[in-house]
Amino acid sequence: MNQSEKKALQITACKVRMGVIEGTFHAKSGHPGGSLSAADVFTYLYFKEMRVNPKNPKDPNRDRFVLSKGHTCPGLYAALALKGYFPWEELKSLRHIGAMLQGHPNMLDTPGIDMSSGSLGQGVSAAVGMALAGKMDKKDYRVYTLLGDGETEEGQVWEAAMFAGHHALDNLCVIVDNNGLQIDGSISEVGGPDPIDKKFEAFRFDVQVIDGHDFDALERAFNHAKEVKGKPSCIILKTVKGKGVSFMENQVGWHGKAPNEEQYQTAMKELKETLTGLEAE
Amino acid sequence: MAEMVKKATRESFGLAVTELAAENPNIVVLDADLAAATKTEIFKKAYADRFIDVGIAECNMIGIAAGLATTGKIPFAASFAMFSAGRAFEQVRNSVGYPHLNVKVVGSHAGISVGEDGATHQCCEDIALMRTIPGMVILNPSDHYEMKAAVKSAAEYVGPCYIRLGRLAVESFHNNDDYHFEIGKGITEREGNDITIIATGLMVSEAIKAADQLKKEGISARVLNIHTIKPLDKELIWKAAKETGKLITIEEHNVIGGLGEAVCGAVCEKCPVPVIRMGVQDTFGHSGPALDLLEEFGLCASNIVKVTKEALKK
Repeated sequence: MNQSEKKALQITACKVRMGVIEGTFHAKSGHPGGSLSAADVFTYLYFKEMRVNPKNPKDPNRDRFVLSKGHTCPGLYAALALKGYFPWEELKSLRHIGAMLQGHPNMLDTPGIDMSSGSLGQGVSAAVGMALAGKMDKKDYRVYTLLGDGETEEGQVWEAAMFAGHHALDNLCVIVDNNGLQIDGSISEVGGPDPIDKKFEAFRFDVQVIDGHDFDALERAFNHAKEVKGKPSCIILKTVKGKGVSFMENQVGWHGKAPNEEQYQTAMKELKETLTGLEAE
Repeated sequence: MAEMVKKATRESFGLAVTELAAENPNIVVLDADLAAATKTEIFKKAYADRFIDVGIAECNMIGIAAGLATTGKIPFAASFAMFSAGRAFEQVRNSVGYPHLNVKVVGSHAGISVGEDGATHQCCEDIALMRTIPGMVILNPSDHYEMKAAVKSAAEYVGPCYIRLGRLAVESFHNNDDYHFEIGKGITEREGNDITIIATGLMVSEAIKAADQLKKEGISARVLNIHTIKPLDKELIWKAAKETGKLITIEEHNVIGGLGEAVCGAVCEKCPVPVIRMGVQDTFGHSGPALDLLEEFGLCASNIVKVTKEALKK
C-alpha cells in the first residue's frame, strides 16, 4: 500500500471515529468503545477490500458484510455514510424514534446493511449461510463478518465455525475485534474465551493475528485470506477499545455509554486535531 | 378421486418439498441430523446438492437458513418442533422474523404423539412461541393432502412461515389432490348449528369423527379446520360463534398460547361466547405409545363427544 493510499484510509477512519462520537452523542446512548476499536477495519473493508457499490446495494454479486457484533453499528453506519449509502446527517438521529438508523442493524430499512444483527452469535451463522449460497450458486463474492472477542463466548459462534470449516467455505472471512474488554470486565476475567486463535484453528480455519489499527497489516492479512483455498479465514485483530479518543481508550466503562456534552466536545476536538494532522502531513 | 392414504404429515411434507423442488431451483432444505425422522431424507435422495445437514446445531441451522434466504433461496429448515421452534426460538425471532426473511421453519414430531421419547421431545409450546413473532405465518395441516397443499403455499408465500408436522400416520380425509388450500382460510369440515368444534392438525380428523358420532345421537356439531393458526380466520370463527353460541377448541398443544387462546382472543373482540379449550392442560407429557397417550390426554374423538355433550347440558 502506498503512503497516499494509507493516508486516505487513515483520514477516512478518523472520520468514521468522528461519526461514532457524533452518533452516540446525539443518541445519548450506544456503544462507542467497540465502534472505535473496529473503525479501522470498517474503513478497510468498505474503502479498500469489499466489492460493493452504494448505488446498487442489493447487487446479487456484491461482497457481503455481517456485523455480528451489531451493537458497534455506530462505526459501521459512519463508514456506510462516508461511502455514500445514505447522508451523514442520518447519524445525528441514531436510535431516535422514527430514525432509519436503529440501535442495532436493520437490513429492512438501512441501505448497505446485509443482515439484521445484534443478538450475539447469530450474525456469524447468517454469514455462513451467505457463503454457502455463494458456493452453491458458483458465485465469486466473498462474505465478511465481524465478531467481538467477548461474543466468542456464545456457543453458536462455534456451531457456525464448525460448519464453515467442515464445508471448507474459503469465501468466508471471520474477523474478531480482539480489544480484550466486554461489558463486565476483561475477557480473561469474565468469560475466558482465549485462546481464540487456537479455537478457530481447531475448527479448520486459516488464522492470522494482526494489529487491527495498522492498514499495512490489514492489507496483508486480507490479501492472504483471499488466497487461502479449501478453508475459511479468521483474522484476529489486536485492537484498543475506544481507540482514537484518549479518555475512552482501554476503559471498559465506555463499552455502552454515550459521551455527555463536555466529553463530546473533548473527543471531537481530539479527533479534529488528528484529522488536521493527517491532512497536513 | 384420489386413493385414501394413510401417512404421517412429516412424510407428506418430505414428498411435497421434493416435488416442488423440481420446478423451483431456489428451494433448499436444511436438517439437523434428523433427516430420517423429519423425512427430509426424501429430498436429500433427490437433490443432494440442495440439501444441507448442519449436524446437531439447530440454532446455527436457523441462522444459516436466514443467510441463504438473503440471497434469494427458499430454505426449509427442519428439526423436531422442540428444537426448531423451541431451542432456536430466539434465532427464529431475531434472524428470521425481525428481518422478515423467506425462511420456512419446519417443526416435526410436534405434540405428545411423539410417544415413547417422552416429555423432553413432546413439544406442546411451539405454536405459542411462533405466534408471538410478528409476521410469522403458522401452518398446522391435518392430513396428507392438506400438508402437500400447505407446503406449496408456504413455498409461494414470501416471508417467514412455521410448518408443524406430526409423527403419527393419519388417514387422509381430504381425498383429492386438487384440494384447495389458502393460507389464513379455515375450512368448514362439517356443518352444524348446536355447537362448533374448532380443531387443528391431527385433531381435525378426531373432531370429524366426533361430529359424525354426535350426529347419530341427534347433535349437530359444526367442525372448523383451522390449518392456519396465524393469520387466524377470525371471520369464520365469529360466524360460528354467532350461529352456534358455544365453541370447543382442540389441539395437540398446551392450552396456553395455542389455538384455544387464539380463538378466545378472537371471540372476545367481537362476539364473546363460552369456549372450552381441549388440549394439553398445562402439563408435561410422558413416555408411552402415541395413541394411548392421546387417549389419556383426552385428545380423541370419544372424549370430544363426551365434552360436547357436557357443554350442551350447561
